[in-house]
Amino acid sequence: MLADKDRIFTNLYGFESPFLDAAKKRGDWDGTKDILARGVDSIVSEMKESGLRGRGGAGFPTGLKWSFMPKESDGRPSYLVVNADEGEPGTCKDREIMRHDPHKLIEGCLIAGFGMRAIAAYIYIRGEFVHEANVLEQAIEEANAAGLLGKNACGSGYDFNVYVHRGAGAYICGEETALIESLEGKKGQPRLKPPFPANVGVFGCPTTVNNVESIAVVPTILRRGGAWFAGLGRENNTGTKLFCISGHVNRPCNVEEEMGIPLKELIETHAGGVRGGWDNLLAIIPGGSSVHMIPKSVCDTVLMDFDSLRAEGTGLGTAAVIVMDKSTDLVRAITRLSAFYKHESCGQCTPCREGTGWMWRVMERLTKGEAEIEEIDMLLDVTKQIEGHTICALGDAAAWPVQGLFRHFRPEVERRILEYKKQHNAA
Amino acid sequence: MSVNVKEAEKFEFSPENLEWTKSQLAKYPENRSESCVMPFLHRAQEQNHGWVSVPVMEYVADLLDMPYIRVHEVASFYSMYNLKPVGKHVIEVCTTTPCWLKGSDDVVKACKEELGIDFGETTKDGEYTLLEVECAGACVNAPVIAYGEEYYEDLDDESTRKFIKDLKSGAKLTPGPQNGRFKSCPIGGPTTLKDMAPQDAAFGQVDGSDV
Repeated sequence: MLADKDRIFTNLYGFESPFLDAAKKRGDWDGTKDILARGVDSIVSEMKESGLRGRGGAGFPTGLKWSFMPKESDGRPSYLVVNADEGEPGTCKDREIMRHDPHKLIEGCLIAGFGMRAIAAYIYIRGEFVHEANVLEQAIEEANAAGLLGKNACGSGYDFNVYVHRGAGAYICGEETALIESLEGKKGQPRLKPPFPANVGVFGCPTTVNNVESIAVVPTILRRGGAWFAGLGRENNTGTKLFCISGHVNRPCNVEEEMGIPLKELIETHAGGVRGGWDNLLAIIPGGSSVHMIPKSVCDTVLMDFDSLRAEGTGLGTAAVIVMDKSTDLVRAITRLSAFYKHESCGQCTPCREGTGWMWRVMERLTKGEAEIEEIDMLLDVTKQIEGHTICALGDAAAWPVQGLFRHFRPEVERRILEYKKQHNAA
Repeated sequence: MSVNVKEAEKFEFSPENLEWTKSQLAKYPENRSESCVMPFLHRAQEQNHGWVSVPVMEYVADLLDMPYIRVHEVASFYSMYNLKPVGKHVIEVCTTTPCWLKGSDDVVKACKEELGIDFGETTKDGEYTLLEVECAGACVNAPVIAYGEEYYEDLDDESTRKFIKDLKSGAKLTPGPQNGRFKSCPIGGPTTLKDMAPQDAAFGQVDGSDV
């Protein structure tokens, strides 16, 4: 188990006040001026050394992403945008950072913004997080009043502002270019890339979009050193990570653990084990709703990091672990996710707009078994026609849970179809 | 179009809200005031008894010098803008998979029975509107209801009925977990950061037994 001294989010549960005095006692804003004085190149190379991979789901190396930002301005300013549109089913970690440890995020904005030569950060927070946005705004005000942000932030000679922008209920705005559109006051419909945000992002200016957790760990990494962070976890999968354990466990919770912790250990140590014992486990969605579910046989041994889960044909995603015990109707669980993606498709690309509804309708029938066996292959064929044929990854995200279900539990769906036929022929 | 055009009364921001708009405009670059369309619609919805009417959209469009259709596009794209009147109290129940696994069906049933309405409906007295929402983002505290500025978490049939009754009687509501646990900490007590826990903190009990 990760030692408490190696935890970054020491106020994860809100045991203490989220505000400045308490945050400073926890070590936030300590020597920020000196960190900035190391210079942009030093900060970016330290981040690269830490091996931090983006915590929003895709796992792209954070330091490398920053280095794509222009070194010299062509007259346009640069921006940091923080993706706080947390809405991937199963995921509730950024909420804890914003309501309990907001100064980690704000200090991270300043350092990351400096590291990419940005003039300001916009934190795009989902509209439903009213309490969280209020805490965050109050913390930003405190930081401004204390001279930690604004003109000559922390006495560094660098001017930097942080603003909160509230969303209004659209999962798609968690996609970085949709988020940028939304920030500009439009419908949140993703943009074609290229141009990439580092060239043309928000307001037509160079922009980097990072997840809340990715930014909030930055100050601690720079204080303790990239080597410290890289020393946790495994190669290419370094550091600590916030895990959200939901579903059929005895004690659902959020917890910070070392990357690469075995899934079984994570659940048994922190979440009180699977309801009814480990043998009562049916399947787990290990990284938020968009990734393939894995059956118990994989859960027995798999490690919780990017590469281990990828090797099992699934993903770490947001590290949202959704546990389902043997009482679960898996087909219904996935059908509900299909309904989610149908609801959240922005409607821009035909394969996703039409396909998500189509998949959901077939899944609804499969739940009851009211279908033909051949329709399973037709459904899988449709998922393949959606996957990779849309502007953004929402199409893929909608296809994967369905594919994951059939990859591991196809016999259950076939059984249901035969059962339905038997009953209705008999009747 | 689900916009109720009959409700075409005039709308304009109160003097306080008009003053507030300046603080929002200051957040964005000078020629980028369209970025304020979402905060303005939010604030206008609050002032307009919880919904965005056509006059509200037109007012916001005029304020930001945007074509009406662009504001309508935004108002109709995002689910938090109500395009028809809602009750004084809007109760949002999450039913996405993590909440469903933990019994959101019971929460939905309790809400519908206590309020006597279905999803998307408002009680006849205009007090309560019940809405089904997609993932609220509090999955380790499932199932969840969003009401006002807060979440009510770890619900079951009994605590949901109590929540609705308290809401109706005007009793004080306590946001967060309704089963005695401490925020998103494991029920029974933390497995990490134990030294940081306040002396007097209550962590709840698993199945009524001490842990």
